[in-house]
Amino acid sequence: MTLLSAEHLRVSYGTTAILQDVSLSIAAGEIVTIVGPNGSGKSTLLRSLIGALRPDSGRILREAGLRIGYVPQKLSIDSTLPLTARRFLDLPRRVSRAQGEAALTRTGVAHVANRQMADLSGGQFQRVLLARAILNAPQLLILDEATQGLDQPGAAQFYRLIEDVRGDLGCAVLMVSHELHVVMSASDRVICLNGHICCEGTPEVVSAAPAYRELFGTGTGGALALYRHDHDHHHHHHHHGTTD
Amino acid sequence: MLDDFLVRAALAAVGTALAASILGCFVVWRRMAYFGDATAHAAILGVALALALNVSVIAGVGLVALIVALLIHRLSDRQQGTDTILGVLAHGALALGLVAVALLPGARIDLEAYLFGDVLTVTRSDLAVIWAGVLVVLALLWWHWSALLLATLNPDLATASGVDPQRENLILTLMLAGVVAVAIKVVGALLITALLVIPAAAARRASNGPERMAAVAASIGVTAALGGIALSLQLDTPTGPSIVCVAVALFACASLGGRFIRSA
Repeated sequence: MTLLSAEHLRVSYGTTAILQDVSLSIAAGEIVTIVGPNGSGKSTLLRSLIGALRPDSGRILREAGLRIGYVPQKLSIDSTLPLTARRFLDLPRRVSRAQGEAALTRTGVAHVANRQMADLSGGQFQRVLLARAILNAPQLLILDEATQGLDQPGAAQFYRLIEDVRGDLGCAVLMVSHELHVVMSASDRVICLNGHICCEGTPEVVSAAPAYRELFGTGTGGALALYRHDHDHHHHHHHHGTTD
Repeated sequence: MLDDFLVRAALAAVGTALAASILGCFVVWRRMAYFGDATAHAAILGVALALALNVSVIAGVGLVALIVALLIHRLSDRQQGTDTILGVLAHGALALGLVAVALLPGARIDLEAYLFGDVLTVTRSDLAVIWAGVLVVLALLWWHWSALLLATLNPDLATASGVDPQRENLILTLMLAGVVAVAIKVVGALLITALLVIPAAAARRASNGPERMAAVAASIGVTAALGGIALSLQLDTPTGPSIVCVAVALFACASLGGRFIRSA
């Protein structure tokens, strides 16, 4: 069953086209990851999907009554705004004490309920955002670079948590990430974006695709190249891909 | 009771302070102080228009403040330097207003009353209009509190939760124009921003949640309003600036108190 789909999206700022002819769909329960270099339109795509941006052309179809849980890329809370983690969950609708506690417990941050959001560590902050996103038992969880600012173990833990939450709720997950090697393993499907969809498929298919390798084989350099070097054995493919 | 000018002044000042200090929390959270300033300065242009067209000053001020606020809103969407636009509009509207007032034929008006307020001359009908405006602002704040907070935190998060951030911004702009209109008689165009920002700033240290901050700001605002009137009677000083002086004194106490508690 398709929860959300986009057909031939085109989004531009001024005369610069950010997204061109982007079509995708998310089925119930699957984990889809969008990868792409900086400026490839990943956030623009997510913002279009949640309705924060109106595409120039193309359309977005949602299943009627679709419940979306959204975790933004960053949330800068002005230092003049006092807000505890628990109070944050009540936006925009108040939730019961039990509900709030359950959500914070689920994401492992029940102990910071009464702390100020501004005083939380990066990992705690993201977990509170996730707790808020799962309050309405979403059918689709959308996360925009949710692990930005976390170190590698922290990011890996966060992705495991997302997998667990998906297991509990049975929701689909759509996320954007630049931490390809971490995200890949958790994803059912990967979409490689660079203004348009370069390639898409299972992590294995995408990581072997020439278009993907062209973008990331040299683009992100060190860590990823090393990782691929260690963990798959298609050296000749790699070579082939970059010279293709 | 309303026959006494002091009672009318106190009621006008308390109502204005109440609406301004709660709305002021959003002005502070969103860093809109300069936006408030620009809207308030435009009030003088509203005074000139109201006098020229022979309509209620509060209505004229409210209308012009709203137009200027919407204009800023539109222009600042387009990613030009918002600071610069605000500077142009704020002082442009103020200067234009001052010139327009000077060009008005007939009786010379007391400009000082509109620049710094003249709460002791508030009439019964002024009072009715002020409180009507105050109640509308308070009602809007009450109904939109959570939506406004969410839109303040992050527009995308608001959209994903079914709250239209554009609409909330518009409501905020409307309320700002309303507060400017009711405050012009109380503290005057030049000091309205003070009434918005100072109580909220003073309340920050004593607050662990947004509602608490609004409540503390409101009580500081009301205290400043009543204290300022008392001070101006005692020392025979202008009332609007006296109210702001008391607010600043409360802010200083709160800051020093907060520092003391923190270091203790």
